[in-house]
Amino acid sequence: MTTFLGMPATAPRGVGNLRGEQTFPEAAHEALANSQMRRNLRHATTTIRGKSGKVIAELPDWQALRDAGSAIKADVMSRLPDLLLELEQKVTDAGGVVHWAADANEANAIVTRLVRETGSDRVIKVKSMATQEIGLNEALEEAGIAPVETDLAELIVQLGHDKPSHILVPAIHRNRSEIREIFLREMPGVDPALTDDPPVLAAAARKYLRETFLSTKVAVSGANFAVAETGTLAVVESEGNGRMCLTLPDTLITVMGIEKVVPTWQDLEVFLQLLPRASTGERMNPYTTMWTGVTPGDGPQNFHLILLDNGRSAVLADEVGRSALHCIRCSACLNVCPVYERAGGHSYGSVYPGPIGAVLSPQLTGIEDNASLPYASSLCGACFDACPVKIDIPSLLVHLRDKAPHPRSERAAMAAAAWLMDKPKMYASAQRAAKLARIAGRRGRGLPPPLSGWTAGRDLPEFPSQTFRDWWAAR
Amino acid sequence: MSAARDLVLGRIRTALRDAPVAPDVPRDYRPAGRPASLETLIDRLVDYKAVVHRISEEDIAATVSGLVSGTVVVPPGLPPAWRPAGALQDDGLPQDRIAAADAVLTAAAVAVAETGTIVLDGSPDQGRRIITLLPDVHFCVLRAAQVVAAVPDAIARLEPRRPLTWISGPSATSDIELNRVEGVHGPRHLHVLLLAE
Repeated sequence: MTTFLGMPATAPRGVGNLRGEQTFPEAAHEALANSQMRRNLRHATTTIRGKSGKVIAELPDWQALRDAGSAIKADVMSRLPDLLLELEQKVTDAGGVVHWAADANEANAIVTRLVRETGSDRVIKVKSMATQEIGLNEALEEAGIAPVETDLAELIVQLGHDKPSHILVPAIHRNRSEIREIFLREMPGVDPALTDDPPVLAAAARKYLRETFLSTKVAVSGANFAVAETGTLAVVESEGNGRMCLTLPDTLITVMGIEKVVPTWQDLEVFLQLLPRASTGERMNPYTTMWTGVTPGDGPQNFHLILLDNGRSAVLADEVGRSALHCIRCSACLNVCPVYERAGGHSYGSVYPGPIGAVLSPQLTGIEDNASLPYASSLCGACFDACPVKIDIPSLLVHLRDKAPHPRSERAAMAAAAWLMDKPKMYASAQRAAKLARIAGRRGRGLPPPLSGWTAGRDLPEFPSQTFRDWWAAR
Repeated sequence: MSAARDLVLGRIRTALRDAPVAPDVPRDYRPAGRPASLETLIDRLVDYKAVVHRISEEDIAATVSGLVSGTVVVPPGLPPAWRPAGALQDDGLPQDRIAAADAVLTAAAVAVAETGTIVLDGSPDQGRRIITLLPDVHFCVLRAAQVVAAVPDAIARLEPRRPLTWISGPSATSDIELNRVEGVHGPRHLHVLLLAE
């Protein structure tokens, strides 16, 4: 195969937050020892599951909405180039400027240049997965521009010099006393008598950010949806920090993954019902802002939209795997996942944790860079049931396991087993021979090298005292 | 246009070379057009900690004045009869004067009963987005005829090219141990003045 311009590509190395420093098994091993984090996580995921289930049960047409959401996304993927061109045209017609970024480096360079052109050395940011994915904050800091996260949870993470651990509630691993300590230590001008009462902590963030909102001339956001038909962008949020960023500055820069486009205005009626109920367990999130280009006299007068690939074309190129791009970042799959609940979001090493992260991260980076993630699942299927756009995550995990590089010894062992199982007589004698292992082998130990890697993370089952064939023959 | 544009579009086209045409989207969910229930709307608004006042149009100004004593910002197109005494009209007010106001009084475009959502569309009686963002109290006048059953009805009624703000209760966060706390950056209090018609 020759490489030519336009060959689907994965996200580049050395930039962004799609690759962890450790593999999932290593990181999860450490995380499992953190009982405080596990308690916080269990409380949070249980609470959201309960709320979400209750409001989903209120809708008699939930399954029909899921079917529609899934089908709209499949339609989007099948004609993505046309929809992106339509979106570009409509945004441009409405006074916006559209940029294209092949990867994280290009997107960061475009944002940095646009911010510099405004003369500002600070930007306010709406919580956005796309900008975390490309490592925009790090790139801006390197260029001497201060990015200020304005979502309360992102602010807690930023002030705590920490990493987000959940798509929706990034500080889910922190409890109130930890948050109070972070504020006391890191928030300039904070009241030293601060208590750990959540309303008091929220009020401290309000006070701290107010002046920044009112005095910063540039904002950076992501987008939940972009309507090709009208050029309308939508951001859903709760606190009003999003409205502040999307309304007050002179210049708004939105970084959006190319998969976020939806064909028609009417399609929003599906996603605005699916997203809040699946995500926060609310009938509707407190605030949604929608804008189309520039509105004279209302809101930012300069609007830039950056359409980001960064590995998405590689995901699209996999006909089985491309449905991972249907994800609307609701995080329902995290909240039902037994593995996520115990291992925590940091173990996944990517901004996309949990079941969807275990699929999406290796797809975006190439399986070699995140080869352990497709195994970070029990394949129990809870994520598939919870997904509001019906992404079959378990099947995608199995598909990716098949693509993941396997050690030569494992491949050799599996080939030998397949060869043996194909020969009934030899298989039977091998089974009988295995009984000897019960006598000869020490129990509770793994396999010897080079197969010890296989049993490092798995229990080696003890051989039964009687094979099924022996039992059958004897009855 | 740009090299990146050609590159990204080329990559996507290559990726989709063998993609089948997607089947039609099934839309078997409940469509727009069901009757709206005011009771449901009120229930949802109250559940989200908004305060609902069922009053008549003549009582708007007095109700607002009775609840806040300070400055009330109003958009330029708000009906004169609704304005409380001393209302401050937004004719391009500077940001700090809006931020210093105690409350804002606007109309609305649509309200969604099933979700307890009010939508503002920037019409002259609703004003710029900034005026409903900075003051701590938002009074929003709603006519029964503006209430629709569910999200599809609202989507059908709204003009997407206007700047739209969907509001479900006052500003809130659940970021600290998932405790819902009303009021972070947006108005901490939402009063809906539902007109008896």
